[in-house]
Order: sequence, then C-alpha cells, then structure tokens
Amino acid sequence: MSAGNPKNPKISLRDFRPQIARIERRLFLKQGLSLGALTMLSGCTLKDGDAVDKLLWAMSRWNDRVQAAIFDHGKLARTYSEADITEPFPFNAYYEQPMAPVIYGPDYQLELGGLISNKRPWRINELRALPQTNQITQHICVEGWSAIGKWGGVTFKTFLERIGADLTAKYVGFKCADKYSTSIDMPSALHPQTLLTLDFPGQPGETKYGFPVKVRIPTKLGFKNPKFVTEIFVTNDNPGGYWENQGYNWFSGS
Amino acid sequence: MTINVQILQKSDPNASDRIIHPLFVRLTQWNSAFALFMKIMNGRKIYNAAPVYPLQFPPDITPGGWLAGALAGVFAKIWLLSINGIVYLVYGVVSGHYWRSLIRFQAMAAYRNIRLELKPLILHGPGEHNPVQRVLYNAVIWIVILLVFSGLTMWKPVQFQSLAHFFGGYDEARKVHFFATLGLALFTLIHLSIAMAVKGTIESMFSGRLAQKPPKKIGAPK
Repeated sequence: MSAGNPKNPKISLRDFRPQIARIERRLFLKQGLSLGALTMLSGCTLKDGDAVDKLLWAMSRWNDRVQAAIFDHGKLARTYSEADITEPFPFNAYYEQPMAPVIYGPDYQLELGGLISNKRPWRINELRALPQTNQITQHICVEGWSAIGKWGGVTFKTFLERIGADLTAKYVGFKCADKYSTSIDMPSALHPQTLLTLDFPGQPGETKYGFPVKVRIPTKLGFKNPKFVTEIFVTNDNPGGYWENQGYNWFSGS
Repeated sequence: MTINVQILQKSDPNASDRIIHPLFVRLTQWNSAFALFMKIMNGRKIYNAAPVYPLQFPPDITPGGWLAGALAGVFAKIWLLSINGIVYLVYGVVSGHYWRSLIRFQAMAAYRNIRLELKPLILHGPGEHNPVQRVLYNAVIWIVILLVFSGLTMWKPVQFQSLAHFFGGYDEARKVHFFATLGLALFTLIHLSIAMAVKGTIESMFSGRLAQKPPKKIGAPK
C-alpha cells in the first residue's frame, strides 16, 4: 500500500524526525532561557545564600582588595566653591526623614572603644576645642546621585592621634544613634580629607544631616559616611556595617 | 547557498572544512555577548536607583533583586569582561590572529564577499567601501573605549581624577556611560541584523566553519 493513500496512510517515525528534532531543539532553547532567567532574577539578590550569591560575595571581597590596592593616600577629592553647594542638600537614610534622631547637644558623649589608649568619652565643646577645618566636596551616593556640600570639624587623623588610637590597626568602626553602623579601612581613616564633622549643611539648628557628630569621607560613597555617630572603635576584625552586611560592597571607595 | 561560500569554495576546494573563526574568537565573542547582555540588564536597575533623565526602565526587566544585587552582578561581569578582553587581545596578538584574520583575510576576502551580500540591503557605489560597515565598526571601538573610561570614572572619581577631569566630573561620566551603552545596544542590533541577513554567518560563529552542505543547484565543488 502506498503512503499516499488517504484512507490508510502509513505513518513512519522517520517522516517526522526533522519536526521532532526541531521541537526538541526549541524545548532545549526554552529551558536554557528559563534557566538563565532564573539565575538572573533570583540568583543575585545576595540574600538567599545560593551558589550565585556565594560567588558574588566572594567577588565583592576581591573588589575590596583591589580598591585598597588602588587607594592613594595623596589623591585628594576635588573641592568646590560656595556657589557650587547643592541647596537643599538631599536627606538620605534607611528610614524616612521624620524618623531621624534628634540629639540634645549638651548631653551628648562620643564613646570610644577597641584599640585606643585613652577611651575617655568626648563632649561637643571638647571636640570644638580641637583645631577646626572645613571642606566643600562632592557626596556621591551608591544609588548614583551626587550633591555638593560643606562640612566642618576636626581632621579625623588629628583626632585618632589625640586619643591614642592604634594607627597600625586595620579598621575603624562606627555606631550611630539611629542604629546605623559602618566601618572603614585605616588608610581611608587617615586620609587628609577624612573629617570628624561638627558643622553640617542646611540651616543653623537643623539636625537631620547627622548632628552632633558625623564622619565625612570624600574618598568613600555616601553610605560609608556615618551620621549621628555615638561610638568610634578601632579593631583588627572587620566590623562590617548596616548596608555592607546586606551586600553593598564594603570598601566602596571613590 | 550564499555567494561568499561559493566564491571561497571556488578558490579553495577545502573551504567548507577550514576554520574561519578560531575557537578563542568564538569563545570570547559569546562570552562577551553573554556578559554584556547580563551587565546591561543589571545596569538598568542601577540607572533606575537615581535616573539621569526623566525616564525609568520597567522594574520587571531589571534583574538583581535589589540595588546591591545588581551592583554586585555588574562588578562580577566587569571581571568576566576584563579577563575576556585580556585573553582576546593577548591571544590575538601572540597567535597572529589579528594579522591573519582581521587585517588580511577579513579585509581582502570576506570583506568583498560581504559587500556582495549586502548589496541589496545597503546601497553603495561601485568600488567604494561599504560606508555603513566602515562607520559601524570604527564607532564600536570608540564606544567600547568610552564605556571603559567613563565606567572607571564612575567607579573611582577621586583615584582616577585625571579621567574625571577629562569627562568633566562624575555626573558627566555617568551620562557618557549611559549614551555609550545605548550606542553599544544599537550597534549590537545592527550587527545582529547584518549577521542574520548573510546566511551562515551566525552558524559559523558556533562551528567555526562555513556551512557544510554543498550547493544544491549549482553543483558541489570537485
């Protein structure tokens, strides 16, 4: 019987092999694509601890080392004129603006901890008695925006020397009144533009930018510049930080 | 059967077996295509976090979960692309590939054949170099250079301050990076369209060889 007979067609698998191959190929491509999509969408949240996450965390630690190697103590961030200052300076935190802590100046004490020889707490008027300086620099946020602001206070290196901090230690950590925390490498802490800030952008009496003490580091991204600092400690164990522990790169230098 | 295959087969009976794209070219090409695609997907989420212009990408086409994930993804792909680029440049120079393929083979043989293929697609006068291709492949080199240097400026505006000075600052480098990325995406579209228009081009970037089947109607080369 011929295959052309419409009443009793002889169906052979061989006749359909090309079509089957095409369908198989299409399925394979489809599965390949959805596998790719899966690793892209769920695989890099830095929160679920899967293989892709582990790889990305390891890459981030490698990027810390590369940035530390690139960091040049002598390279100063560009400074601007009063006319360049961004008004109003943007407020940014992990909470909304009304939640920002308001600290009563006369009661404030800056606590010290870790590898520091004189851990006596400091009051604002004592910090004011140290040599003061100011800077107009660009604040760059990890989100991509930037703003130019003016900050005044004590060169952080001067303060670290005054309190007898171990300058050969690896890290300086910060704890803040808003439950925020962060930490930096010692070379960045000793950079000539790193500032223990007492004067802030905004109107006199405005506290939301970190009153009474902020640490301004123009060689780091914005989130590495802690506001409302209540404790400074020196350590050889990386203390991490609020955002760093969730996956933002720890070094985050500029 | 395509014209370029016939011409090559006439001049060289073993043309269909000859490797026209070495393995390292194919590997680095597809690796960079993959890494760049994924990087641009992540990059859109980073752009959305603080858009340069009053335009945002729809959130469902911006993978990475959240900003930190997208940033980590982009930096991982930067290393993949850097290693890829170094392998491509070093191996290309050491093996003599650039001289053999990019300068001699491509300029003399393939280039003429591709021009014949493109004739119905892109108009150009007789004896002229195809202006579209010339502009396109020169432009992409500059786009990649701009992407690398504007990217380094965004990453380290203080450490690479001479670069930042060149671009006019961090914010300007961001804009350059944004438009260079658009340029690269546009290049990829045109590049892919031409590759798909010339039969056998995409297949040969997988197999390394020109199409295996002999021409049916004109007759297989002896």
